[in-house]
Amino acid sequence: MSSKRLTFPTTEEQIRELHAGDEVVVDGHIIGIRDRTQIRIFDQGIEPPMDLAGAFLLHTAPGVRKLGPGRYEKVSIGTTTSARMVRFTEGLGKRYGVRAICGKGGLPDEAIEPMQRLGMVYFAIVGGAAALETTQIEEIEEVAWEELMPECLWKFRVKDFGPLTVGIDSHGNSLFRDVQERATKKLEELNARL
Amino acid sequence: MITTDLEGMVEDAAAHLYVWALKDIPQDLRDALADAAERETSVTGQRVLSTILKNVQIADSDENLVCQDTGIAVYTCRVGEQFPLHPARIYVALKAGTERATIEHPLRSNAVHTITRENTGPNTGYRLPIVHWEFIPEWDGLDVKCVPKGSGSENMSFLKMCIPADGVKGIKQFVLESIVGAGGKPCPPGIVGIGIGGSADYAMYLAKEAIARPIGTRNPDPHVAKLEEELYELLNETGIGPMGLGGDVTVLQCHVEHADTHMTLNPVAVNYQCWAARRASAHIGPEGEVEYDREF
Repeated sequence: MSSKRLTFPTTEEQIRELHAGDEVVVDGHIIGIRDRTQIRIFDQGIEPPMDLAGAFLLHTAPGVRKLGPGRYEKVSIGTTTSARMVRFTEGLGKRYGVRAICGKGGLPDEAIEPMQRLGMVYFAIVGGAAALETTQIEEIEEVAWEELMPECLWKFRVKDFGPLTVGIDSHGNSLFRDVQERATKKLEELNARL
Repeated sequence: MITTDLEGMVEDAAAHLYVWALKDIPQDLRDALADAAERETSVTGQRVLSTILKNVQIADSDENLVCQDTGIAVYTCRVGEQFPLHPARIYVALKAGTERATIEHPLRSNAVHTITRENTGPNTGYRLPIVHWEFIPEWDGLDVKCVPKGSGSENMSFLKMCIPADGVKGIKQFVLESIVGAGGKPCPPGIVGIGIGGSADYAMYLAKEAIARPIGTRNPDPHVAKLEEELYELLNETGIGPMGLGGDVTVLQCHVEHADTHMTLNPVAVNYQCWAARRASAHIGPEGEVEYDREF
């Protein structure tokens, strides 16, 4: 399967062209974000000091080396489990215009409806593949909220970032829901055999 | 405080083991991942497994970490009764080695106070790192195994106090439900560790022991080895697949450790180890001579 290529930030139109299962490779700028970053934005009501319109958010807490005030170089940048952060999905799309959330392990079904309504996708990355991911991040361009280290707000410039799989698309489809439905049926069959 | 040469050597070994485990995954795991890539038939599963293999190669060539999650450092020590350094000093050395590796590399520091969530230090803190002890009579050596345990897989840990009437069937059902429920979160395909028997806490400890065993080993008790085989087959029928995106390979292996238990207990603990099942070992002799990659 050939992969689709997208440059971020992007538009709703581009996102609507993606379908669950598609392979995607990303260029441009992506924003690193994690639990504490989003707790600060949504639970503490502090506005993020970066523009998130059309953005690609990566669930990450990178390993970095400090070079100077506000300047960091990459050491090991990988991706964390997304499910913990599902409750922020609607707010990210509605309030800030985020277009893509990327992480590992999938988002629970409650993300499907807001992603469809707001024109967002969830990209599944290969968890644990940080050595590869680190080579695809060209530079750490900006860091905000350094006191949350490593759960700051990060701006990375990326090239050939991926391969990513569209796990949840903007048309109401979720690979994770499909897999769980099939596995739950299979469990009944396996239990009957035990 | 007097730091002996031997204490310094244990500290050096701990620092080396932690970084080495994070960069260079064991051969048995590399073989199992390559085998999984050959077996997998789904498009997404193949994509995931070929990316994993590529990642392991890049970690080798760039001498970088396989995964960014440097985990919590978990050590298992087997201490001979004639090993000339007291376990209290061994613990100090392991802690110092963990800190040194974290600062010098540098490694991401994950350790936080469990209530305030404030960082407590370079991958150390109160009761961190975690060390499990075993004491061996009539021996003068020390074996140290380091298992950096990532949170994605550790969060997928489960315990059920089955009743004796649930039997082995109850154990199997609980393991199946747990792994299906975990889906892609623990970075499958990995090693499922199961602890059965003992007590609630001991079953979970045994599950952790089970994930740290090399792939290709079987429990020496034939009843338990049979359960390992059966669970391995069953889990790979669930269709969860690589990274939970669907496919044939859900687990690389299932390991079970057991302890005899009370007649009215039937505890089952599940501890997951992600595909980046990192571990590294060293044997340290009484003069401080160190031999790495000795499995135990």
